[in-house]
Amino acid sequence: MDKNTLFETILRLADDQLILGHRLSEWCGHAPMLEEDLAMPNIALDLIGQARALYAYAADVEGKCRTEDDLAFLRLEKDYHNILMVERPNGDFGHTMLRQFLFSSFMVLFWERAQNSSDETLAGIAGKAFKETSYHVRHTAEWVIRLGDGTSDSHERMVAANTALAPYIGELFEVDTLTEDAIGAGIIPRASDLRAAWEIQVKSVFDEATLIPKFDLLAQTGGRIGQHTEDMGFLLAQLQYVQRTYPNMTW
Amino acid sequence: MTSQQAAWNAAAAVLDPEVPAVTVADLGILRSVEMTGEQSVLAKVTPTYSGCPAVVAIEISIDVALREAGFEPTIERVMSPPWTTDWVTDEGREKLRAYGIAPPVKASNSVRALFGDTVIACPRCASTDTTRISEFGSTACKALYKCDLCHEPFDYFKCI
Repeated sequence: MDKNTLFETILRLADDQLILGHRLSEWCGHAPMLEEDLAMPNIALDLIGQARALYAYAADVEGKCRTEDDLAFLRLEKDYHNILMVERPNGDFGHTMLRQFLFSSFMVLFWERAQNSSDETLAGIAGKAFKETSYHVRHTAEWVIRLGDGTSDSHERMVAANTALAPYIGELFEVDTLTEDAIGAGIIPRASDLRAAWEIQVKSVFDEATLIPKFDLLAQTGGRIGQHTEDMGFLLAQLQYVQRTYPNMTW
Repeated sequence: MTSQQAAWNAAAAVLDPEVPAVTVADLGILRSVEMTGEQSVLAKVTPTYSGCPAVVAIEISIDVALREAGFEPTIERVMSPPWTTDWVTDEGREKLRAYGIAPPVKASNSVRALFGDTVIACPRCASTDTTRISEFGSTACKALYKCDLCHEPFDYFKCI
């Protein structure tokens, strides 16, 4: 497999974790209760930590003297190849929990299998990320159930969140020519193979939460080739502000 | 004492900045210290949680400790195989308990331990009548519990 395929494969994974980690960090100081004010930044920290390890490795693979910070902070919008779900605005607390649950339920399956990656560094990152992500799934599943099967207000909000997020589910399982090469080389698992297990896991929580699965909607895609939703630009404006305003600043 | 041992001792004594009751050796995050020349040493360190903000502080502390002991250190961060709480030594577990943090349950590979179906004993009164308050505590590696017998809240060092 050529170096560029490996670089791009690692970068996509890193972008997913960084952008969602950034979204979660927006909750810091705004959560509905102290425990959640600790929980969301903690999950964000795990995601940004995973992103750092992945960016550092991607930079190493690329071999063009770019650093993890260059990759995280100094690319243009079209060069970020995260899926669209992670860049969508947070919505209310229930929306954020549901998005995290849908995403982490996928990542836990992905990381579990990626522990057997033919790439030793990725396998190491996956080993740690798998266990961390298990906690994210458990924590968010509890909230999805509590809010979905809660008051009429919380239930309605979860129904609305489910409707808003449903079009972004399909992209989780997307496989393109670049992914095919990486799958063929044993670097990453085939995302589409994880779909059945994901649906069973998510549906069991939805049943308890009295939410109706909407897994088969036509997917909104484009993130992997840099076609983002409008909100991505605003997100990057904030994420990159310091590095753009004070180039090469360190702290 | 060989210089290899002296270097190990210097590095191993560094305390964790978040939990200053335990050393990097107790936690199992100092993987190895090798002599690579007359005075140059290579210390391999592994992060606990991916996003642990203490990683850099720990690396700097090890670097300083080795320099003070007369070595010229290089610190390398190793990701694979990933650190697990099973690497916390028995001595480290006892120090955590004495400090008021319930040590991680062993066998992090068991789904039961990961998903918290195991019983966590209160580090103060040893009662197993405890309740989880929150999955996420003051640092990424800890969860918040309370003891239903002595009513003290406490941190639990989560299994990963």
